[in-house]
Amino acid sequence: MSIPVVTQLGRMTLALLAMIGAVTSFAARAIRHGLQPPYYRQQILRQVLEIGYYSLPVVGLTAIFTGMVLALQSYTGFARFSAEQAIPNVVVVSLTRELGPVLAGLMVAGRVGAAMAAEIGTMRVTEQIDALTTLSTDPFKYLVAPRLIAGILTLPVLVLIADIIGVLGGYLVGVYKLDFNDSTYLRNTLDFLQFQDVFSGLVKAAVFGFLITLMGCYHGYTSKGGAQGVGAATTNAVVSASILILTFNYFITEAFFAR
Amino acid sequence: MSAPKISLRGVTKAFGAKPVLRGIDLDVAAGESVVVIGGSGTGKSVMLKCILGLIRPDGGSIRIDGEETVGLGDGERTQVMRKFGMLFQGGALFDSLRVWQNVAFGPIQSDGMAPAKAKDLAMAKLANVGLGPEIGELFPSELSGGMQKRVALARAIAREPEIIFFDEPTTGLDPIMADVINELIVKCVHELGATAVSITHDMASARKIGHRIAMLYDGRLIWQGPVAEIDHCGNAHVEQFINGRAEGPIQMQVRKL
Repeated sequence: MSIPVVTQLGRMTLALLAMIGAVTSFAARAIRHGLQPPYYRQQILRQVLEIGYYSLPVVGLTAIFTGMVLALQSYTGFARFSAEQAIPNVVVVSLTRELGPVLAGLMVAGRVGAAMAAEIGTMRVTEQIDALTTLSTDPFKYLVAPRLIAGILTLPVLVLIADIIGVLGGYLVGVYKLDFNDSTYLRNTLDFLQFQDVFSGLVKAAVFGFLITLMGCYHGYTSKGGAQGVGAATTNAVVSASILILTFNYFITEAFFAR
Repeated sequence: MSAPKISLRGVTKAFGAKPVLRGIDLDVAAGESVVVIGGSGTGKSVMLKCILGLIRPDGGSIRIDGEETVGLGDGERTQVMRKFGMLFQGGALFDSLRVWQNVAFGPIQSDGMAPAKAKDLAMAKLANVGLGPEIGELFPSELSGGMQKRVALARAIAREPEIIFFDEPTTGLDPIMADVINELIVKCVHELGATAVSITHDMASARKIGHRIAMLYDGRLIWQGPVAEIDHCGNAHVEQFINGRAEGPIQMQVRKL
């Protein structure tokens, strides 16, 4: 009885290690190609538009409601200790350090990571990636590197915008529902905000941008077996990117704030 | 005699425990058109992709113009790739780009040609395969299968390659369109003076576009010779295949390679 369990465990461990190895070498190859010319500027721009601009509505809505609910929830907690004046600070620090980058990352993983895996996966199964190679165009340079570069550059901007919209959400609830004085709310928001809070969030965003696009490209690039394979690639891209975002979020937080 | 344009020696490839190519020897002279026939799942595509460098063989040697290409680095590989054109089975057109951008892709992205000039070139290549300029502005998904094949052919010849590969050029087409494609292939290869390697299981196509035919079976080339000799080759496997008989020495492959 115990032998099959051990066998299964061993198999899963080996599969996991093989996967980590494959992803790492894929990432190394992508980075190496991303740093060397030629750079496909149009492809990068297209991806910036895709990842950044078209994600604005989703990320904006997520941010504003998160900011609003943060203000509301912290009020119910802090009112018991008459510490309502801490609310603006709680809202802005939670948003910039954690919720901005993590929620924006998860939303973009669902939106962009899935689309990327589906697009590249379809290109794989219809031999378009092989066709690129036969036209002397390196698929890593043409398909993968522009997406990674766009992800790393765009996510921080997206998160900065999410931070601002989120704070606005908190402000609206604070001023119009919780009867804060509007200038006091803004002063409290800015006075306690430290550069480190925003900066750590933007570093997270850049890392998440890399992880989302890497997972989208990796699962798409390695997909096989027609429509079913592309479907699996899409799911795997979103799930693995989400897990990696939450994992890396902890370690980056520890690197910045652990004493 | 000069070195063959393409020369394969003892090329082997296995996927996992399953050997697909068990030692392929093939020479293709410059300007010659060789057609490799064989059933589905006998490794024809794998052989083609090995020559193209899309799959790395486990063993053996593949020489292009006398130069060994197995194990080349990225940069040298790109140089060799410049000599190749490839018509994929499904066309493999980039569906996010317009037809003319597909044809002009190689010239623009790899050779640095100015887009305006490349567009003229693309339109000329499309005309070569019998497509008018209005087709150039469409997207591949708006075209029928036969039209997509034509566009793919125009793309394959756009950079005037020395060697062109055809992967099942007539599969999925009606007999008339298949013949149109065959004629275009013969015409284009002749005009370019290119060397051609095709794989197919369509005997009508093989007879039309090939000078020489080779039959792949069980990972080896079991017969090769001029097209005219194939009907009297005396090889039971080849005869079963070209006559399309279910009874014979060839057993159907169940699993995909």
